[in-house]
Amino acid sequence: MIQFSNINKQFDQFKVLNNIELQFEEGNIIALIGPNACGKTTLIKTLLGMVIPDSGEIFYQGKSIKNDWNYRNYIGYMPQIGKYPENMTVGQVIGMIEDLRNVAHKDLDRELYESYKLKDILYKRMGALSGGTRQKVSAYLAFLFHPQVLVLDEPTAGLDPLSALILREKIIKEKQKGKIILITSHILSELDDIVNQIVYMEEGKIIFNKPLAQVKADTGKEKLTEAIAAIMNVDKRG
Amino acid sequence: MKKVVKYVAFDILRNKIVIAYMLFLFVFSMGLFLMEEVPEKSLMSLLTLNLILVPLISVMFSTIYIYNSSEFIELLAAQPIRRKSLWLSFFIGLASALAIAFFIGCGIPILLFSANSVGITMIITGLLLSVIFVSVSMFSSVYIKDKTKGIGVALLIWLYFSLLFDGVVLFVLFQLLEYPLEKLIIGLSILNPIDLVRIISLLKMDVSALMGATSAVFKQSFAGNIGSIISFVVLLLWMVLPLYFSVRKFDKKDL
Amino acid sequence: MGRVFEFKIGLLLSFLFLIVSLGNAATIVVSPKGQEKVISNAFEIAQNGDTLIVQSGVYQEGAMILKKGITIIGEGTPVIDGQNKFENLLVEHDNVRIQGIVFKNSGSSSFTDIAALKIKNSKNIVIENCVFENNFFGIHTINSSYISYLNNELISGMTKGKPSSNGIHCWKSNHLTLKNNTVKGHRDGIYFEFVTQSTIENNHSVGNKRYGLHFMFSHDNLYKKNEFRGNGAGVAVMYSKRVHMINNLFAENWGNAAYGVLLKEIDDSKIENNIFQENTIAILADGANRIQIFNNQFTKNGWALKIQASCSDVELNKNNFIANTFDLATNGNLVMKSMDGNYWDKYEGYDLNKDGVGDVPYRPITFYSLIIERNPGALMLFRSFFVKLMDKAESVFPSLTPENLKDTAPIMRKIKHSVNDTVFKYQ
Repeated sequence: MIQFSNINKQFDQFKVLNNIELQFEEGNIIALIGPNACGKTTLIKTLLGMVIPDSGEIFYQGKSIKNDWNYRNYIGYMPQIGKYPENMTVGQVIGMIEDLRNVAHKDLDRELYESYKLKDILYKRMGALSGGTRQKVSAYLAFLFHPQVLVLDEPTAGLDPLSALILREKIIKEKQKGKIILITSHILSELDDIVNQIVYMEEGKIIFNKPLAQVKADTGKEKLTEAIAAIMNVDKRG
Repeated sequence: MKKVVKYVAFDILRNKIVIAYMLFLFVFSMGLFLMEEVPEKSLMSLLTLNLILVPLISVMFSTIYIYNSSEFIELLAAQPIRRKSLWLSFFIGLASALAIAFFIGCGIPILLFSANSVGITMIITGLLLSVIFVSVSMFSSVYIKDKTKGIGVALLIWLYFSLLFDGVVLFVLFQLLEYPLEKLIIGLSILNPIDLVRIISLLKMDVSALMGATSAVFKQSFAGNIGSIISFVVLLLWMVLPLYFSVRKFDKKDL
Repeated sequence: MGRVFEFKIGLLLSFLFLIVSLGNAATIVVSPKGQEKVISNAFEIAQNGDTLIVQSGVYQEGAMILKKGITIIGEGTPVIDGQNKFENLLVEHDNVRIQGIVFKNSGSSSFTDIAALKIKNSKNIVIENCVFENNFFGIHTINSSYISYLNNELISGMTKGKPSSNGIHCWKSNHLTLKNNTVKGHRDGIYFEFVTQSTIENNHSVGNKRYGLHFMFSHDNLYKKNEFRGNGAGVAVMYSKRVHMINNLFAENWGNAAYGVLLKEIDDSKIENNIFQENTIAILADGANRIQIFNNQFTKNGWALKIQASCSDVELNKNNFIANTFDLATNGNLVMKSMDGNYWDKYEGYDLNKDGVGDVPYRPITFYSLIIERNPGALMLFRSFFVKLMDKAESVFPSLTPENLKDTAPIMRKIKHSVNDTVFKYQ
């Protein structure tokens, strides 16, 4: 269980996170959506400990993550834009992360290694990779250690349709293992049939946090895309 | 933490600039010792070079490396690693890489040609200077987010410690000409590690023994058993304090 | 010329005296085991021209006084012991020769000048191959002339609590010859006051507490091939005229007020072919006029030369300046009579016509040396990048350094001097 309790964060004069109260339970795929610069990525980064909130606390399994780092053993993170040392090869980056995590080789989840054919690019420099290929490496690293929590920031943004499909399959499979999967994405159609909880953010505030079924019922739309569009329109008019 | 140090140090030691720095020091020091018959004279020239070059390379290289490693740092920050360990690993990696470069480039020629107490002092102070300016650069780069600005500040830091500070000292000395200046001078030299290293080395070379009353004051404070300890402690503080504050800042920094 | 001539006459005269008196001279033997055990008794019975043989043993006879022209020869290093109370021996007669005696443990006093050997109002005296140990004054000379101190060794200052005064102290005398003596651990090694027409040659004045050589009001003296090393304050010469220093070594005189040579109010003098090495200030000249500093070697000194503006007509030619921190410093508008043809290792000029002389003048006074002169605290910046830049800027655009202080014909290579190397046997 992940709980955000009264999180606030301000960059200069700009309030990025405003009194965030959220709770995610195991076995759910949560879509974190909202317009650009609404604070999605910052919220994810607070969960990862990369951004420190000005006030409020985040609990993982009931324990505050403040001044703790062990909880990151249970989180797999796939960043929006994978940033890696340009001079290292794919193999070196993977080797380093494996080495740092200190997990036995047999316990690794190497499914995406096979399906993304990473073997072919092991000796390429990170700097020479295309955005999509980087995403594949990021995806592989996110699932590698069987994490209890997956944080996927715009996971399908740069991927070709086939790779996106592979990732989708993988996400569904992991959900069945009872994990918390947090996805931010603006290409909503792809999430349609796998997401079961929607968190909608605007200007650093949570507008709503509902199960998918209820969102559809409230808006009377069948498709998630249309439902969200309806909400955004209402919001604009209001 | 050991593993992170390993990756950082490995990455830096492969860096062309560090290798070029090491080779330059080596060629220059060997050249000095081979061309000059009197090793003391070579040491003196080497000291002059070291006092300019070592801080410059240390502060500039570390600063640029840290800014260029922002992705690397971000990648590692998402891993289950303590923030402090991550930052200290970068410090240890940078400090050891630059210290090794200095030791191979400058230390080995000194040991070959002038392995006396003067030579040893120069090696130790050179290593300390390398580490001090890594520490100072980590301090400045953790506070400044913008890369261009950060590099500019690093250059200013170098300029300040190797040139501007001494100009200010001279100005102050002439303003306070009427007063006894001994304590002030000691205080001022503690405020600049480059000045302190220069004074310690010159005291060891005994050139300063020729320089009258003021050198006696320096000798009292920075040479001999107690003096050596004092100066070592001061240099150690120069190493530890900027690092300490940078770690504190990094612990709370948003990446 | 006149001085040397007089000196020779003196020697000749003393020699003649010796020959004349040898005619009917007797020999008296003093020995702890022999018939005559007391030196003072022997003095009583001896006649002018007699020879006294003192055999090995320790003679403690209080304050002895010799008032006869005799020769005393020590056999097997006999010791005349002052028991730390007395003046060992006072000579008050012409034509005395003493050799091979050890003078030990003279008394000491704050009120009178107690010496191991005092020579007063006498002429034609030779002291040679004697040893002076643990004394207050070693040899004290008052109002005498034609005295020679040869091959003596004076060492004092080792006993804790016992003060030591000057080694060879000479007052109001003339025509002295000091040769091949070694003085260590005294206050001043060699001290002259109102001493003229004398020669100090091949002595070693080392590790004395104050000055290795100290003289005042002593004109027309020659200092040659001496070694002055590691003395507390180096060498100080004051208020004298026509001093000639040649082939000496001044080394390792380090400290706040230590000089290779301090020239205070010295006129018409020559300093030639000397070596100045590792002194805080090799030569400090204050109120000195018409000094010729030629063919000297200045190596590794803090300041090679500090010539105050109170000096005039100083000539500085054909010297070597190597590895000194500062080659020349001054405190004001110094005017030199000449400063040409020296070798400066800091010279960075060029010699296009290959005549061995640099084509651009060398200015030995740096900006930093002016600053240090006014503000000694600026030593903190010694050899810093900042100082280097300042000096460079000043040498390109001179604004503060004196315009006329320059060597217009700097030599490109080190000058070879004919320095006599006997001086360096102690190196």
